[in-house]
Amino acid sequence: MDVDGSEEPRGGTPVGRRVVLGLLGLGAAGVAVGPYLQRAQDAVTAADPTGLTGLLPGGGGFRYYSVTASVPNRTEETYTLTVDGLVDRPATHRLADLRAMPQRRLVRDVQCVTGWRVPDTPFEGVPLAHLLDRAGVRPGAKAVSFSCFDGAYTESLTLEQARREDVLVALKLQDTPITHAHGGPVRLYVAPMYFYKSAKWLSGITVTDAVRPGYWEENGYDVDAWVGRSNGRDDAPTS
Amino acid sequence: MRRRAELVLRFTRAERWVHRTTATLMMICLATAACLYLAPLAELVGRRRLVVTVHVWCGLALPVPLLLGLTSRALRTDASRLSRFTPADRAWLRAVSRRLPLRPAGKFNAGQKLYAQWTLGSMLVVLGTGLLMWLTHLAPPAWRTGATFVHDWFALAIATVLAGHIRMAIGDRESRLGMRTGLVDRRWAEREHPHWQTAAAPEPP
Repeated sequence: MDVDGSEEPRGGTPVGRRVVLGLLGLGAAGVAVGPYLQRAQDAVTAADPTGLTGLLPGGGGFRYYSVTASVPNRTEETYTLTVDGLVDRPATHRLADLRAMPQRRLVRDVQCVTGWRVPDTPFEGVPLAHLLDRAGVRPGAKAVSFSCFDGAYTESLTLEQARREDVLVALKLQDTPITHAHGGPVRLYVAPMYFYKSAKWLSGITVTDAVRPGYWEENGYDVDAWVGRSNGRDDAPTS
Repeated sequence: MRRRAELVLRFTRAERWVHRTTATLMMICLATAACLYLAPLAELVGRRRLVVTVHVWCGLALPVPLLLGLTSRALRTDASRLSRFTPADRAWLRAVSRRLPLRPAGKFNAGQKLYAQWTLGSMLVVLGTGLLMWLTHLAPPAWRTGATFVHDWFALAIATVLAGHIRMAIGDRESRLGMRTGLVDRRWAEREHPHWQTAAAPEPP
């Protein structure tokens, strides 16, 4: 066995330095022009009927986020939504009950706090204010907290935010019943806020006397998550 | 069975460990990235916060093995070999582009040099953009959008180039043995790396 003792002649062209510096320059330039390129890429993706461009990095459309290992399925028979806390008439609603209530359809952009945006997305469902009125909110109530049948996710709104007309208990997304991957059969939809406020797999609405920060808010995200005015971001408002 | 007398040392223990740990960290980064990014995998795995934590810490650790390895003289010598192009490297690139069989190379051929340089450069880019995405109050939001854009595209490029690296390794058993045991067959070294002057190697023809 020999030891690799000898050296090749020193000198030669410092290609390594050029490649590394070139890549760093490319990266820095990409950070600078990335927002524009991303917008251009989104425009192409939006106009692509084959959907193939959705496979590109940062491709358009929704991304699937779940904080738990697996989420149970709830069906017509097994799904319930409870409304309780500081209310006069606590209630448990089934899917059919929710469908029989007044519906509102909103078409707004969806904006995630991590940057992706899905333009002109129709959501349809029961205005949250309607459910609160039905239950009869007691004096002294200040906030609403939401729980989910994934067993982990929570969210919250002030009572004033919860009563906005662009806050829905959504049953339909893009005019079809919300699928499990999108948080179906029922999810919250808070149009003016970052999408983490729109809790998926909604199963409980509790009226409280103070805001209880939700899952991501315990992990550093803003409780009042207005699009463009929170979390250090300046996206165009969605509602 | 390889005979010990016909083996030459290609990689020291320190170099092999740097390769092994960097490779492991990079594979974990790519696997967790896939679980965050590809919808079917994301639905299968879930546990978003755990996956993000693993991804971030493996990413931060990515340059550590190399930095520690720089205390090894053998690694520094190979790093300087990898960073410079000699006339043989230009001849190698010409031979590859014209599909000629005679491909002169020192201890590392021009393709291996370019791969190493790409690895270092792209690692620094994903590390930097990753830091911008992770430390959210470090930079204005527009920078973060740009950093995400660069991080995503570089991740795809790294995965593609890495797949090529693994394919080359699968095709050459002796080179795999070299990285696993540190030793390669002398005849392989003379054939693949004719200008690599191992101590007792015969004079080049």
